[in-house]
Amino acid sequence: MSLHICNGRVVGVAESSIRTLDVYLQNGKIVGLGSAPNGFRAKQVIDAENRLILPGLIDCQARLRDPGEPEKANIESETRAAVKNGITGLCIPPDTQPPIDNSATVELIHHRNEMFGHQARVFPIGALTRGLGGEQLSNMASLCANGCVAFSNAKHPLASNLVQRRAMDYARGQQALVVIQPLDHDLLGSGCAHEGAIATRLGLPSIPEAAETAALAKDIELVAQTGARTHFGQLSCARSVDMVRRAKAKGLPISADCAIHQLFLTDHDIGNFDSNMLTIPPLRVQADRDALRKGLADGTIDCLCSDHQPHEVDAKLKPFPSAEPGISGLDTLLALALRLVAEDVLSLPDLIAKLTMNPASIFGLPGGNIGVGEAADLIIVDPDSHWICDAAAFVSKGKNTAFQGWDFHGSVTHTLIDGKVVYQS
Amino acid sequence: MPNSNIQLDDNGRLRHFLSIEGLDQAILTEILDTAGSFTSVADRTIKKVPILRGKTVANLFFEASTRTRSTFELAEQRLSADILSLNVDTSATVKGESLLDTLQNLEAMQIDMFVIRHQDSGSAHFFAQHVRPGVSVLNAGDGQHEHPTQAMLDMYTIRHYKRDFSGLRVAIVGDILHSRVARSQIHALNLLNTAEVRVIAPRTLMPVAVESLGVSIYDDLEKGLADVDVVIMLRLQRERMRGALLPSEKEYFRKFGLSQERLQRASPDAIVMHPGPANRGVEIESSVMDGKQSVILQQVSFGISVRMAVMSMIVGQSGLSSGPQPGGDA
Repeated sequence: MSLHICNGRVVGVAESSIRTLDVYLQNGKIVGLGSAPNGFRAKQVIDAENRLILPGLIDCQARLRDPGEPEKANIESETRAAVKNGITGLCIPPDTQPPIDNSATVELIHHRNEMFGHQARVFPIGALTRGLGGEQLSNMASLCANGCVAFSNAKHPLASNLVQRRAMDYARGQQALVVIQPLDHDLLGSGCAHEGAIATRLGLPSIPEAAETAALAKDIELVAQTGARTHFGQLSCARSVDMVRRAKAKGLPISADCAIHQLFLTDHDIGNFDSNMLTIPPLRVQADRDALRKGLADGTIDCLCSDHQPHEVDAKLKPFPSAEPGISGLDTLLALALRLVAEDVLSLPDLIAKLTMNPASIFGLPGGNIGVGEAADLIIVDPDSHWICDAAAFVSKGKNTAFQGWDFHGSVTHTLIDGKVVYQS
Repeated sequence: MPNSNIQLDDNGRLRHFLSIEGLDQAILTEILDTAGSFTSVADRTIKKVPILRGKTVANLFFEASTRTRSTFELAEQRLSADILSLNVDTSATVKGESLLDTLQNLEAMQIDMFVIRHQDSGSAHFFAQHVRPGVSVLNAGDGQHEHPTQAMLDMYTIRHYKRDFSGLRVAIVGDILHSRVARSQIHALNLLNTAEVRVIAPRTLMPVAVESLGVSIYDDLEKGLADVDVVIMLRLQRERMRGALLPSEKEYFRKFGLSQERLQRASPDAIVMHPGPANRGVEIESSVMDGKQSVILQQVSFGISVRMAVMSMIVGQSGLSSGPQPGGDA
C-alpha cells in the first residue's frame, strides 16, 4: 500500500516547524517528505490543501473500561472515538476489572483490540502491585514482556512508603517507567471539590492541595532515592508544577502530564452542583490553571492527556458528592488543545509535541513524529472547521462532557495508522 | 453567581425552597411576614387552615431528624395537607433503587410537594432539577450545604426579639465546617443587612475561605462575643472527637463552651439561640440554656409558623389574609 498526501502543511514537532510538504507513505512507514523516493508510485492520493498534517495523537491516560465495565464503554466504542478524533495511540491505566496485573489480561486487551478495535494502538500500563492492592509487587518482568509500557497503581493507594520504594527499585531494574498520580488518600478523604471558597459555599467535602503536593514531595524523594524513571500524571496544582520544575532542574529522571480539562475549567464551573464537573484531582482555581498553562509552555509539563473517563448516564445522575468522578475526553482532546494555540499559550508545533513526540518518547512508543522512516501514524486536520460541542454527537460511549455547548475549531478529516486510512470524515 | 434561579418561577415567586443563597431580601422578608400571620393559628381551638387542602406532601428523610421532621409535619397538618412521611433506609437505596427511582415512584402517587433531607450537599437542587413541573421541593437539610427553613426560623426569632437587623452583631459559634445551618444563617443574615456576622470556632471546624461568605473570623470565643446582640450556638457532633478534629469535649467546652460568665461579654440584652439538639456541658452550659437570655424553645415553636409560611408561599398564597377563611377543615 502506498499513499501520497499532497499540499498539506506538515507540523514538524521535532524541528518546531510548519511547512507545506508532500508526504509519501509505503508499507506502514513514512518513506518521503517533500520529494518521493525513487520508484515511488502512489496507489492513493489525498489532497490536503489548507489542512494540517500532524503525527497521530498519543493520549497517555485514557480509560476504555474494558475489560469489566461494559455499561460505561468498551474497546470497540472508545477506539472508534479515538480514531475519529485523531488519537492513534492510547495508554490505558491498569484499573480495569480485573486489573492489568497479569499477562492474561494484557492478552485479552490486545485480542479484543484486534477483534473489535478500530486500529488504534492500545498500550496497557501494568499494575504496580498485584490486584492494585498496594502490598505485593506485580510480575513486572512478565508484564513488560507482554507489552505493558509502564507501571502504575492508578488511583489505588500503596500500603506503605516501603512498598512504594521497593516497587520503584524493582521497576528500575526492569528499565520500566513508573507512572504515579500523586494523591495522599488520607488527605483526599471523602473530598469531592477543591478546598476553597466554592466548596465552602456549597458545603462540599473538600480536597486540599496538600492531597496532591504532600504525596508529590514524597514521590520525588523516592525518585531521588531509587533513580526510577517516573512520570507524574494529571497534576492539578500550581505548587506541583513548581515542585516538578525544581526536581527536573536537579536532573531527576521525571516527566509530567496534566489533564486537558484542568487548563480550561476551575471550581467555579461546578456551578449548581454540576456532577459533570466532578473530577479527581478536583478542578482547582484560576491561579492553578494559569500555573499549569505556564508549566506546559516552559516544558515542565511534558504531555497533555484527555484523562478520559467515560461513564453511563446513571453514574452522573446523582447528587454531586455521590456521582462518579471523571470526564469523557476523547471527543474534545484535539479541539481543546487547538484552543491553547488560539489563546497563545504555546505554538502549534510545541503543543502537538505534548500530544505526540513527548508521550512517545517517555512511554517508548512508535510514532509521534513525521520523519522519514517513522511509523506512518498521521492525521489530517481541518483547522478552520467550526463545531459546537454536543455530547449527543460524541462517538465515545461516555457522554459525560464538561464542555457541552462550547465553540470549537478544528476537526479531523483523516486518520492514518500504519499507513492505512482508518478514519475519513 | 452560579446559583441559578431554579427556586423561582417566571414571576419571581417561590417554586422550590432549596437554599437561602439565590433568594433576595424581599422574599426573606415576605417569609417572615407571612410566618407572622400564622403564629395566631397555634392559639386557636382548631389549629387548622385549609391552604394545603387537597395537596399531598411527602416528607422524605434520608437522615434521622426529630425536630425538623415533626415541625414540618405539624406545619403540614395545620395547613390541612395530606401527609406521607418516610424514613428512607439509605443502605437500602444504595443497594437497590436509585434516588431518582425513589423520587419518581413517589411522584407517581401524585405528590405535590417533597420535603427532603439527604446527606449529600446539593441533593435538594438535584431533586428539584428532576421533579415534574408543578411539583415542589423543600430542602430540610442537604449535607453540609444549607438548611434554609432552620435559618428562616432563626431570622424570625431574631426579628421577634430585636426587630431590625441593621444594627446587630451576630456570632455563630461552633462547628461551622460541617454545619448546613450556619451556611444558611450567614446568607440570610447578610441578605437582611445584619451589621456584622462573626463565626467563632477552632480552626479544624472552620471552613477554608469562609470570609468569602461575608463573615469575620474569630479563634477566640471571649473576643468574638464582645458586644454581640445574638449568640447562635451550633451543635457539636460527638463523632468530631474522632478523626483528630478536636482533642476532647472537655477542652472544647473550656475554649468554646458558652458559660454564663462568658455570656457577660455580649450585650446585656443579647439573646442565645441553638438549632438543637444541644449537648449540655459540651457547647453550652445548662444555666445558659435554661437562662433568661435563652430563646431556644421559642425557636422551636416559631419553626412551625415559618414552615407554614414557606409552604403556603409555594402554593401561591401569602399568609392568611389572601387565603380562604380559617377553621373550615377540622
